[in-house]
Amino acid sequence: MRTTSVTSIKPGAERELKNYTSFGQTIRNSLTMAYRGLLKIRRTPEQLFDVTLQPIIFTLMFTYIFGGAISGDIGSYLPVIIPGILVQTVITTSIVTGVQLREDMDKGVFDRFKSLPIARIAPLAGALLADTVRYTIATVLTFTMGYIMGYRPEGGLEHVALAGILVIVCAWAISWIFAFFGVIARTASSVQGISMLVLFPLTFLSNAFVPVDTMPNWLQWFVNINPVSHLVTAVRDLANTGHVGWDLGISLIGAAVIVAIFAPITVRAYMRRT
Amino acid sequence: MDYGFKKKLEPNNGDWAVQASGLVKTFGSFRAVDHVDLNVRAGMIYGVLGPNGAGKTTTIRMLATLLRPDAGSATIFGHDVVKESQIVRQLIGVTGQYASVDESLSATENLIIFSRLLGLGRAEARKKAGELLEEFGLTEAAKRPLKNFSGGMRRRLDLAASLIAQPPLLFLDEPTTGLDPRTRAQMWDTIRRLVKTGSTVLLTTQYLEEADQLADRIAVIDRGKVAAEGTVDELKASVGSSSLQLRVQNPDDAVVARNTIEKVLGIQLLVSQQEAEKMTAPITNVDVVTDVLNALREKGVHLAEISVQKPTLDEVFLTITGHGVQEDESSSPSESQKAKVASV
Repeated sequence: MRTTSVTSIKPGAERELKNYTSFGQTIRNSLTMAYRGLLKIRRTPEQLFDVTLQPIIFTLMFTYIFGGAISGDIGSYLPVIIPGILVQTVITTSIVTGVQLREDMDKGVFDRFKSLPIARIAPLAGALLADTVRYTIATVLTFTMGYIMGYRPEGGLEHVALAGILVIVCAWAISWIFAFFGVIARTASSVQGISMLVLFPLTFLSNAFVPVDTMPNWLQWFVNINPVSHLVTAVRDLANTGHVGWDLGISLIGAAVIVAIFAPITVRAYMRRT
Repeated sequence: MDYGFKKKLEPNNGDWAVQASGLVKTFGSFRAVDHVDLNVRAGMIYGVLGPNGAGKTTTIRMLATLLRPDAGSATIFGHDVVKESQIVRQLIGVTGQYASVDESLSATENLIIFSRLLGLGRAEARKKAGELLEEFGLTEAAKRPLKNFSGGMRRRLDLAASLIAQPPLLFLDEPTTGLDPRTRAQMWDTIRRLVKTGSTVLLTTQYLEEADQLADRIAVIDRGKVAAEGTVDELKASVGSSSLQLRVQNPDDAVVARNTIEKVLGIQLLVSQQEAEKMTAPITNVDVVTDVLNALREKGVHLAEISVQKPTLDEVFLTITGHGVQEDESSSPSESQKAKVASV
């Protein structure tokens, strides 16, 4: 606290003030908050354990457990399971976003974010944006594991990459749901609990692991409208055949709808929370 | 932009940094803030003094747009905290009771991120962070993660972060709670210096000494209400009596002196057991000191020391609120105090 002089302060009345944040500022604020998220990941790399280990363990486990029963042999199950496990893993990872947001919001620094003249959505959008790094890691590792186990997607590298991006975008959209739980929940562990409860039916009641026609009719009805099924199908089409189909459209529309609903209510809940 | 002013005076917006009237905030059935009025002129240090749980932090949070008031209104430089919250945020800096900086990042990273959020460019943000770290004596620790920072360093970083935008109004919520005396004195210097540059400071404190040292005006808050408001001297004067303290040169004169003073003032004196030659007399009017001194001279009593003291803020606080400052923390409050604590 050396006593060099601070330049004198401009009185409030002489300042140019506005009572709104422009779209450009919202983007800039969100990117800065995302930068903060990345710095945090760099400082605490151990929080990446789940996204590194889960794809490896799950891919190995599911492939060798279900492979023989469902597709006859491991090799022919891989094109089915890799897209399925990819979607399941990445979406599961997005739960962590909500949990970490809850923990983060309990810290004093969020008071400062709230008192700054920044876009209200920025602290949330930034955190969610930074977490796409986690989804990317999970995506790359899942495909890599598949490749090691003998998966040779016929769509080629560029379509696999597209499929990966599609999953990351959708996971980012879905993370808004968990962010909402994160904002309204009292503790981080309750966020985990609620999110799991939502996520398990969504990922398992889909075509991710087993062919839909083996399920009872009433279940097939749900599985077929489940957006996760559409996402899995879209990834399979892209990776296995390089085909861009209607399922891709449905997945993106679904993602947009989730963001359109959950982003505003999450921000509102965040604003109301003290 | 003049809406919301229902005061007798209609000053221009630049004159008043804070105008709050009838602020109310309830949490469940607990009224944390109960019709608080505050008026803070630009360019001063305004102290909000009160014990733990009096509603100081809640009041600040409402003024700093962190909390929506349940009732009442407040303006910052004429801008409504609810309707023009984004404008208000451009005029204020907030330093919380618990340092509002990012624990997992370094000091430099913290300041750069806040600077970037405030619209500074990449290079500008880096420069600003460097300047502030230098000014607050944190340059050496700049790259270390905050986990290893002492309480004082954290507070300094917190204050530095509040100064990035050079806001004309600063809210400091208990800026020195938990700091050692030396760091506290440094913090006081910094706050005084800030006001010299044209900033207005509204600070809360539970330390009477701090309010006494820093604040031009003080509001004493107790149980969500403003119990008293005024300059430090006004508050002290409102309590009434000053006290006359004197010590006789020769301890043998003590009894004569005491009797003389008691006769002049017409009261019973309290005498300290250890030092019989020292005595303290409550007086309402400083003029009577002359009478006391004349009477003592007639009796041939020689004095070693004499002083007239206004009551300390501690005494003021006790008188205004009817209870001590630390009562909710003391381990063995008297029965009457216990009852009061329970009703809080």
